[in-house]
Amino acid sequence: MSTSQVISSRRTAGETGGHILRYTFSERIHHWLAALTYIYCLITGLAFWSPYMYWLATLVGGGPTARFWHPWLGLGFTLSVFWMYKMWHRDMQTTDADRRWSKVIKYYIENQDEKLPPIGRFNYGQKLFFWLMFYGVILLVLSGLGLWFVESIPWSLRWLRYLAVTVHVVAALATIGAFIIHVYMGTAMVRGGFTSIIRGEVTTTWARTHHRLWYEQVTKGTAPQK
Amino acid sequence: MGWLMSQATLAIRRISGHPGVAPGDGVERDYQVCKLVDTTTCIGCKACEVACLEWNGYEFSDTRFDNSYQTMPETTWKYWNLIKFNEHENSDGTVSLLMRKDQCMHCADPGCLAACPADGAIVQYTNGIVDFQQQNCIGCGYCVSGCPFDIPKFNPATKKMFKCTLCVDRVSEGLEPACIKSCPTGCLHFGTKEDMTYLAESRATQLRDNFGFEKAGVYDPPGVGGTGVIYVLHDASNPEAYGGLPKDPHIPWVVRFWKGPAKWIGNLAMLGGIVGVTLHYLRFGPKEVDATKHDDSTDEKGGRP
Repeated sequence: MSTSQVISSRRTAGETGGHILRYTFSERIHHWLAALTYIYCLITGLAFWSPYMYWLATLVGGGPTARFWHPWLGLGFTLSVFWMYKMWHRDMQTTDADRRWSKVIKYYIENQDEKLPPIGRFNYGQKLFFWLMFYGVILLVLSGLGLWFVESIPWSLRWLRYLAVTVHVVAALATIGAFIIHVYMGTAMVRGGFTSIIRGEVTTTWARTHHRLWYEQVTKGTAPQK
Repeated sequence: MGWLMSQATLAIRRISGHPGVAPGDGVERDYQVCKLVDTTTCIGCKACEVACLEWNGYEFSDTRFDNSYQTMPETTWKYWNLIKFNEHENSDGTVSLLMRKDQCMHCADPGCLAACPADGAIVQYTNGIVDFQQQNCIGCGYCVSGCPFDIPKFNPATKKMFKCTLCVDRVSEGLEPACIKSCPTGCLHFGTKEDMTYLAESRATQLRDNFGFEKAGVYDPPGVGGTGVIYVLHDASNPEAYGGLPKDPHIPWVVRFWKGPAKWIGNLAMLGGIVGVTLHYLRFGPKEVDATKHDDSTDEKGGRP
């Protein structure tokens, strides 16, 4: 979803009564498809990961049911991430503004946002999260196919079985770490963020504070600033 | 064989009104059961394959010709016992037709059990039998990655894993496994691990001393803590020639790491993530957009939602 589409949406100039459309209906749908499928895979995956968390499988119908659906919902997650790639990959390219911003990321962490340089629609952290999830899901789906059809890997190529296990674990743990931070920031830390991914809108103040370049772009219709 | 399992508990410990101690008091029994497969006297008749199917209630599977006398290339979820044939060319140019009964090895240190995530899906009995409990199996196939012998197989209809049970249902009733009972040459033996090891070593000695098989020996791989199925081989230095019997089988180190240190590293990392964001919230709190901070803006119309 490019910025020009935001502007050309029914909320012309992107602004209605102090609110700006940040995520279109399609973006929200795909975010929540990804979220629900990921959470399902997380719960069932943790059940398979450790005997101390095997009880989690009970929440979703027991071990065999969890095992049956985990790969299918994993495919669903993969498709929704690929769709998000289609929508967002242009917005997720690192810009000079991001490089300036990332050098003083500690001000962001310490909530001293007034010291930060202005950035576009997504900040550097959001972009890192996006690319981690994108490459993570590629690793997860490839290794996941190996785990799903482990018997189809011939004995002579059994190193692929072991590789699949390793890659799946490492990629899953990396996405879990990113997921924890993402959920924390989206719900508790950055107020207004959670509402925006549900209703799609943010206040103009929110947009100006957190994503000033994007705000200027959608309100004034200027070309993307680098 | 009854004393191997249930009836072992019925050995007399004390006797009333009896002069002296109870007969047999202080005797220590070896409860480990073991199959001995003497490949040097196997004729490849496949009676054991049929007996296995009969006892376990499976119909005969379609054979798959693979340029050998083998019934099929490998065991399946409903074909647990397979004679593997190999025309092995010896160093002197002669050819040996090697036959080996392939089935679950019932490792003392079972890789399937180490890899399995489902509570109670794989058990190891005190007598050493490693048994799948299908009612607890979730069909994930982790056991396939854990096994150094490529034994566990998936039934796509029931989505459960299956393999040789070492006829635990027969052994627990004091009977020998079906394959052992069917063997016409006596190349299959069943008893305690101690007795079978003794028998196997005696046979290997005989092969070395009397028959010129200088490299004859017993296959009981220490990498998996020894197995509940041991082989007498004409050439113990080359087990691979016997239908791919691994030379030094052990649980793959990836599986060991995955089920060991990786678990704790991963769990600590996940816990660290949760603790980390909690501490961040307590120290720095939320980012709240305060409209009053932006007096420079002229187009401010609405507040926070």
